[in-house]
Amino acid sequence: MSILIDEETRVICQGITGKAGEFHTRGCLEYGSKMVGGVTPGKGGTEVLGLPVFNTVSEAVEATGATATMIFVPAAFTADAILEAVDAGIPTVVAITEGVPVLDMVRVYDEVAESPAQLIGPNCPGVITPDACKIGIMPGYIHKQGPVGVMSRSGTLTYEAVWQLSNLGLGQSTCVGLGGDPIVGTSFIDLLKMFEEDDQTEAILMMGEIGGTAEEEAAEYIKDHVTKPVAAFIAGRTAPPGKRMGHAGAIIAGGKGTAAEKIAALQEAGIEIAESPADMGAAMQRAIKNKR
Amino acid sequence: MKIHEYQAKEILRQAGVPVPQSIVARTPDQAAAAFRELGGSLAVVKAQIHAGGRGKGTIKTRPEQHGVQLVKSAEEAESVARNILDEPLVTIQTGPEGRVVRQVLVEAGCDIARELYLGIVVDRGSQRPVLMVSSEGGMNIEDVAAKTPELIFREPFHPDAGLHSYQARKLAAKLGLSGKSVRSAEKFMRGLCKVFVEQDCSLAEINPLVVTGSGELLALDAKITFDDNALFRHPNLAEVRDLSEEEPTETRAEQAGLSFVKLDGNIGCLVNGAGLAMSTMDLIKLHGGEPANFLDVGGGANVEQVTEAFRILLSDEHVRAVLVNIFGGIMRCTTIAEAIREAYESVGFNVPLVVRLEGTEVEQGREILATSGYNIINADDLTDAAKKVVAAATAA
Repeated sequence: MSILIDEETRVICQGITGKAGEFHTRGCLEYGSKMVGGVTPGKGGTEVLGLPVFNTVSEAVEATGATATMIFVPAAFTADAILEAVDAGIPTVVAITEGVPVLDMVRVYDEVAESPAQLIGPNCPGVITPDACKIGIMPGYIHKQGPVGVMSRSGTLTYEAVWQLSNLGLGQSTCVGLGGDPIVGTSFIDLLKMFEEDDQTEAILMMGEIGGTAEEEAAEYIKDHVTKPVAAFIAGRTAPPGKRMGHAGAIIAGGKGTAAEKIAALQEAGIEIAESPADMGAAMQRAIKNKR
Repeated sequence: MKIHEYQAKEILRQAGVPVPQSIVARTPDQAAAAFRELGGSLAVVKAQIHAGGRGKGTIKTRPEQHGVQLVKSAEEAESVARNILDEPLVTIQTGPEGRVVRQVLVEAGCDIARELYLGIVVDRGSQRPVLMVSSEGGMNIEDVAAKTPELIFREPFHPDAGLHSYQARKLAAKLGLSGKSVRSAEKFMRGLCKVFVEQDCSLAEINPLVVTGSGELLALDAKITFDDNALFRHPNLAEVRDLSEEEPTETRAEQAGLSFVKLDGNIGCLVNGAGLAMSTMDLIKLHGGEPANFLDVGGGANVEQVTEAFRILLSDEHVRAVLVNIFGGIMRCTTIAEAIREAYESVGFNVPLVVRLEGTEVEQGREILATSGYNIINADDLTDAAKKVVAAATAA
């Protein structure tokens, strides 16, 4: 098995009539994902790429039996789109949109957390279960089915890691991009729980970055609850304090959230550290070998 | 987005959050007039730049002049303003070159009984904005957090409900406030939390927050930073933005839709994705080089934007070599290859260029570069790329 999504997952795209929405819906279709429709308010009854478009998410769910959604609506409307998906009872909500105001996410966070839905993102590359389902913007061809669960706060860095894994013959169970914003729907710990319980996943690779304390919390959790081998890389070792490195979350404030602190916490928990971004795949290999 | 202290105080004043009386001056004459208008026997002249540490900071050409000074007459206000205005002020946050002071704030002196700290940020842990207060005002709050974390008190609040009165009273009690100061604190804290939400701030900091001899709370300093992602719903904030305080290349990059941060090294980097861009910088450093910048061209950039990115990189005279590291997802390698061609034609590369391409349309991208006849150093993977660019920068 895999986590979050598999070959049975039925996916709609919120914002399917937009340029990015249509482009990536096509990409997901080409990868083999079961795309079943889309939503754009006011465009119900039309078609995009042969898929039916609905005015509301509830209508789309009723007509298509959708179990996941990929959100591409503009940043100003993303929080609302997330709530609409949650309200319609969609279990897996993947918000790709970047640039969402942080207080918008604060306003919807509780409602999402209390619902049965799992929100991935916003500002993330999405989720992929190789050879089964892709919901997001990642290049599909670099992935390979296999035993490694991958989770990351960054998009292209995840591609780099997956590419290294695949070239080493290490396939992936599911790869998840958490998103680069300060407030996102899914944490490393949420995914660690899922990967630990998942039969297919035999090892876990995580890519963190400077800012916040998500990596330290993950390290603490791994120490007590994760039996599978874990390797990690932290981006931003050389980033200067106080400068925002692209991701709204990636900023060292008041000496907190440095790479050195995160690496120390991860090592403390017995996690194999990739010393450089070129070493991510090899670090996973070492972690698996050491655990045997 | 950052703003000046005087602008932050104007926002607070309009929201009914108490601040001392003050007047902005852009010339020494205006500073003298401001002193007279305030009408007191003393005032403080404060340099206005987007950096902290102004009080300890000094004017570059006149090391005896600090960025904040108490004055006792209009003449003194005038001479201090003359020392400060149009001169670079060097603080621990500005770097050795300092920042040129374009205006000073002349502020009425006040009767200070106690100095407190107050700050609001969005806390990832509680997924809420959180109001933090400390009895250790005037100090660097990071030092307080590191040494005496028990002296910092926190109350999270929901943006729509705001800070409840009882939460303010709780914090006031922790700060040891009593009598009419409790009511004053309640008004101050709730008002500031309201500003934070209404203006989509990412940081609001009052340090020091003073308690006057008569028990009133007053914001002696004010620092506000806005959430860049929410600026679209605050068009009025465009007026308070001070572009002269920002790194020109960073502003130029922002206009082209690129995420750029200037650094001190000599290897220019062009990467897609923030995480990969940070990792590329790390890798350069690991191999003994120094990155000249962080540059994320993002996923949706077109040939024109990427070409502008090259122009920005090449305009930095410290750059001795350029590394392009692209893992195409949404970004196509062909877009990058065409932008390199465009940059060669329109700008010309006067420094070595190392290119590592992978991902979407990689074969076609490599083909464009291979047949271009340009002098490009190709790299097979990350480590290869880092080694080659460090070698090229060292040789240049």
